[in-house]
Amino acid sequence: MAETQIFHDSDTDRAFKAKWYAKRVAIYGILILWTIICLFPIYWTITTSFKLAPDVMQGNMIPFWDYTPQWRGWRSLGLSPDTIGERSTVRDEFLKRFWNSTIAAVCSSLLAVILGSLAAYGLSRFEYRFGFMKNDDISFFFLSQLILPPVVLALPFLVLYRELDLLDTRIGLILLYALTVMPIVIWIMRDQFSSIPTELEEAALVDGLSIWGAFLTIILPIALPGMVAAFILSLVLTWNEYFFAALLTSTDSVTLPVMVASQTGSQGINWWSMAALSTAAILPLVVIGVILERYIIKGMAAGAVK
Amino acid sequence: MSEDRLFVVTNDQISPTRARLGLAIIWVSFAMLFGVAAWQIFVPDAADSWRPTLYAYLLWITCLCIAQVLRFGEQGKRRLFVMPATIFVISMVFFPLIFGLSIAFTDWNLSAIDGQKFNGLDNIRQMWRDPFYWNALTNMVWYTLAILVEYVIAFGLALILNSQIRARKFFRVAFLLPLMLSPVAVSWMIGKSMLEARFGPIARFGREVGWSNPSFFGDPEMARAMIMIMDAWTFIPFMMIMLLAGLQAIPKDIQEAAKVDGATPWQNFREVIFPLMLPVSITAIMIRIIFKLKLADIIINVTSGGPGGATDSVTSFIFREYRDRSNVGYGTMLAMVYLVIIVIGFTIFMKLASRWMRPKY
Repeated sequence: MAETQIFHDSDTDRAFKAKWYAKRVAIYGILILWTIICLFPIYWTITTSFKLAPDVMQGNMIPFWDYTPQWRGWRSLGLSPDTIGERSTVRDEFLKRFWNSTIAAVCSSLLAVILGSLAAYGLSRFEYRFGFMKNDDISFFFLSQLILPPVVLALPFLVLYRELDLLDTRIGLILLYALTVMPIVIWIMRDQFSSIPTELEEAALVDGLSIWGAFLTIILPIALPGMVAAFILSLVLTWNEYFFAALLTSTDSVTLPVMVASQTGSQGINWWSMAALSTAAILPLVVIGVILERYIIKGMAAGAVK
Repeated sequence: MSEDRLFVVTNDQISPTRARLGLAIIWVSFAMLFGVAAWQIFVPDAADSWRPTLYAYLLWITCLCIAQVLRFGEQGKRRLFVMPATIFVISMVFFPLIFGLSIAFTDWNLSAIDGQKFNGLDNIRQMWRDPFYWNALTNMVWYTLAILVEYVIAFGLALILNSQIRARKFFRVAFLLPLMLSPVAVSWMIGKSMLEARFGPIARFGREVGWSNPSFFGDPEMARAMIMIMDAWTFIPFMMIMLLAGLQAIPKDIQEAAKVDGATPWQNFREVIFPLMLPVSITAIMIRIIFKLKLADIIINVTSGGPGGATDSVTSFIFREYRDRSNVGYGTMLAMVYLVIIVIGFTIFMKLASRWMRPKY
């Protein structure tokens, strides 16, 4: 029965297959190459934080294989297993900066998401007229804040905050950060709200809810994924912000990026502690990036596709 | 008046007393603001800072919002959605901008003893003769042009991620990660350790390959290229994600139709995918330009403008003008000029973009 093969792959088919494999190899080659480009600096930083001076100078790369990991870098931060129980001024300093960054990023993102969502909802549902400004003008007014370079605001804010006694306070940073991420939030949320049909609120209004009641109980839960996306995106931008923090803070409310930057000035061969500090600074966002990747992509895609 | 998208029938009956009450609280709180401000101006030692005026201002804008509901009922409640954000942005942008303009025409130096003095157009004249500012502006043009390369790479990666591959989620997460890192950390991780001339892995690799004396920040062109690469590394994921979203939104049947019509992959890309992606591409490039114009963190931390100002961006130049020389007046003028250039540039770009975005067929 099965001696004679009826169907043959013709030569052209086989050539096609070879081409297909070549293409696959090329695609995965590019993918893996780019993965290495993306991940190697992170790998490098994390492994360097466990190195000693000789390891750095010999260029050892792979832990346990060509060098033995040491806690030296983490000890200088007071975060290694043997120092975690003791008092450490460096750790207190680090935790204080970390806390400042967290407060500034979370509060400013919350503020921006709340104010921005309200405005985006209003703009997607009602026709406004403030003087000569109509809806499109108001939207443009909000979005145009994006092109304002921070350097234009920085020096006036420096002087203004000094007069208002807001220099080197977290509340000052929060207000400023909220301003910088507001356009992005409004952009994402406007898209979200305009994809929700108005019939939902109409039904709620017929049932006797007020317009704010309908917004809070009906629309908000539906738009929540979008709000989370906007929040995460704002969080990333504000957590990493350096320019304003470097100008407007000096001692009390210094954020993590400013601390990292001030340490890089002292170069030397003290790579292990710098690497430990950098690792600690990037780790929260790496974790957020891995876990909440879906929301980040959703947020960035919102503006792209209409 | 044009129709609201959400149409609501309301029976507002606002009594004249209620409307008058609304008007009254606006004016009373405004009078308080005025009074506090005047008190602070005329009695300079009355308080340590301008906080009292700030509180009075906050009270006034709160009353302004409440009065909307009191005076206009349902309409006012609708306005209440937009008002907080509008007031927030206006007070956070317009006051500093006006304030900044008034600083820009002074010779204010924070380290000088005798405060600020109006000096007319001297700052502009000084700017005109300042080779470092022009140099920084030229650098910004180069940095902005680098976006085209980033765009090509990002588009390629997006196309690959959109094709039939395994472990797509893993690759997407891996490609996204650089965007999560703070530029300051990146400037240490890459700029100061990986690109270090003696022990950095890349310099080591360069020596293996046969580059006798690798140095990345000695030569102006090289240093500029390194800054571009580091910035591209953090922001390519951003463009990639936007382009990927655009690719996924292209209807499958269009591409199938092209395939049935016998289009080669290249024709399919050139005649179908690329034109359809044009609006997304322009949006992505525009946002990328906006972020690029703010480029400073990496430069400040890696090269601080060196060698000889070769890597300076406008922002980092003004940052040092303030940090090292405390030249508030001059720095603000430079920033204002930068803003004007950006606004003009963007207006032209938007006009052009709206012409390109118009479909060909």
